Amino acid sequence: MRAAGTRHKRGKLVLRLAVATVVTLIFLFPVYWLFMISFKTPDEIFHVPPLWVPGKIQFSNYWVLFRDGDVVAIWNSLVVAGISSAMAMLLGTFCAYSLARFNTGGENLAMWIISQRMIPPIAVVFPIFLIYVYFGMVDTYAGLILLYTAFNLPYVIWMMRGYIVDIPLELEESALVDGCTRWQTFWRVVFPMARSGLMATAVFTFVFAWNDFLFALILTRTEVITFPVMLTHYFGGQSNFWSKIAAMSVLGTIPIFIAVTLMQRYLVRGISLGAVKG
Amino acid sequence: MAEVRISGLHKYYGPVHALKGLDLTVADGEFAVFVGPSGCGKSTLLRTIAGLEEQDGGEIRIGGQVVNDMRPRDRNIAMVFQNYALYPYLTVYDNIAFGLRARKVGEAEIKKRVDDAAGMLGIASLLERFPRQLSGGQRQRVAIGRAIVRQAQLFLFDEPLSNLDAKLRDEMRGEMKRLHRNISTTMIYVTHDQVEAMTLADRIVLLRDGRIEQQGTPLELFERPATGFVASFLGSPSINLIPARLVKRDQAVAVLLESGEVLELPDERARGLEGYTERAVTFGIRPQHLSRAGRGTAPSGSARITATADLIQPTGTRTYVTSRIGGVPVTAELDAHDVHEQGIVLDYAVDMSRCLLIDPATDKVI
Repeated sequence: MRAAGTRHKRGKLVLRLAVATVVTLIFLFPVYWLFMISFKTPDEIFHVPPLWVPGKIQFSNYWVLFRDGDVVAIWNSLVVAGISSAMAMLLGTFCAYSLARFNTGGENLAMWIISQRMIPPIAVVFPIFLIYVYFGMVDTYAGLILLYTAFNLPYVIWMMRGYIVDIPLELEESALVDGCTRWQTFWRVVFPMARSGLMATAVFTFVFAWNDFLFALILTRTEVITFPVMLTHYFGGQSNFWSKIAAMSVLGTIPIFIAVTLMQRYLVRGISLGAVKG
Repeated sequence: MAEVRISGLHKYYGPVHALKGLDLTVADGEFAVFVGPSGCGKSTLLRTIAGLEEQDGGEIRIGGQVVNDMRPRDRNIAMVFQNYALYPYLTVYDNIAFGLRARKVGEAEIKKRVDDAAGMLGIASLLERFPRQLSGGQRQRVAIGRAIVRQAQLFLFDEPLSNLDAKLRDEMRGEMKRLHRNISTTMIYVTHDQVEAMTLADRIVLLRDGRIEQQGTPLELFERPATGFVASFLGSPSINLIPARLVKRDQAVAVLLESGEVLELPDERARGLEGYTERAVTFGIRPQHLSRAGRGTAPSGSARITATADLIQPTGTRTYVTSRIGGVPVTAELDAHDVHEQGIVLDYAVDMSRCLLIDPATDKVI
């Protein structure tokens, strides 16, 4: 009876693992294929039947991107996404603190702010384009940074407000009594307490700016082309530069890999354990 | 070291009038305990003294200085919170040093003060640990240590022991008292626990509904409560309150219970009560002033009453026996071996010289 039960349990486990493996393979296959193409020669890319692995790992597809200066698009994306996330995090966290602790704007302001995030970007992209033309901000770092900061702010405020509300108020009060100003309390208590939330939110804002295509397409020309826009240049009317597409896509994916790795580490919460009775 | 002087203090939370014009002085070096049921305003009062809440009227002086508009950090106070409020990302050492670093005290001085405090509290071996690695009692010691090193002029405690289990609470209560003896700083301590209030306080301030109901030494409040509320708040088990009438019997004044029993008051207790005869009163008698007649010596001036033991609760040292007297359940605190079986009929001696008579209309003790 007991042996049968154990066998039954083991069978279930094997089935579960098998299903999980199949699903994982299905999801990972495009990523695998992307990486493989980036290492293939043109002949190998169009080989019939498809080659599962390239004959030898070679980096000429990447080298071409560097030689032609196309990789500047990755740099542009890093600058724009990096600075705009940093600014959105800084401003947004202060706003969130104000909403969480001083109940700024009453009950509804926080809701109103997050609702701004729900506007379809396409609905505002042309007015923004006209404004940017007027102010000469098209195809500038400042233009994209400003835009991504503005678009990320509601999200940052909403997320950080939640994290800050969760910090026991007594920790701040104790710091205030012990000799801290509000600013010191913010840096010495709120900031370390909300660190994991901050990192997770920062990763999301970075990814948003990194992946944006719509605004970058319309607001850049030649100077600050970001990586998604650059990628579209490889799709031609006559032919597609698959080797460049694959290599550029891999380069554009690496920062996201790093970001997700960071996020995983910080999303593991529990840092506030032991602050109060528990 | 500082005196705290509060006058005409008001505090509103929206439409709720939390503090209704309080006047209060806590003397230099005194251990004052604010006690009262939840919602009485005791925590609000403490937080207003700390500057964590802004008052809506009145004045607070600490050490002679008006602190009404001062930030908490400028009031030179230290505060211990109910849930310890330790920083989870700092070690015990850094937690205790936190306030000193915020005030830019030198590291050598910090080390000396932290080591002294840790030694005093018996947590010297825990300095490298993080709060999550500590038990509740240890966390509370760290929180107290953080207050001690500040060498502030006033200590505020907001229900610091209420998260601890009963045994630890007893132990820490003793330590709180020893702490006060050692550093003799003015301390204000908020609790809803009347045992903590009685055992710790130089002076109890009993609050009710945003006002001070009565203040004085623990024994003053226990023995000479001004109102029925004070009488029933202090003492465990709490005082028995029995509806009755004050009547004249022969030359004496007596208490007539609704069930018909007459309990005669001794002459010295009856003095001044003539005006109250033939009026409704609440007859208050503490459980320890009821004893079993015929066992030991009943105090002179005792009255007799007979009742059935409905409920017996032994505690080991004393046994609480509940009977119906005058239509209400009445608890007597008897010797551990006085009563064993439920349902037996007991002859009580009631120490009438210690009874309280309360005007039910005003709740004032007559």
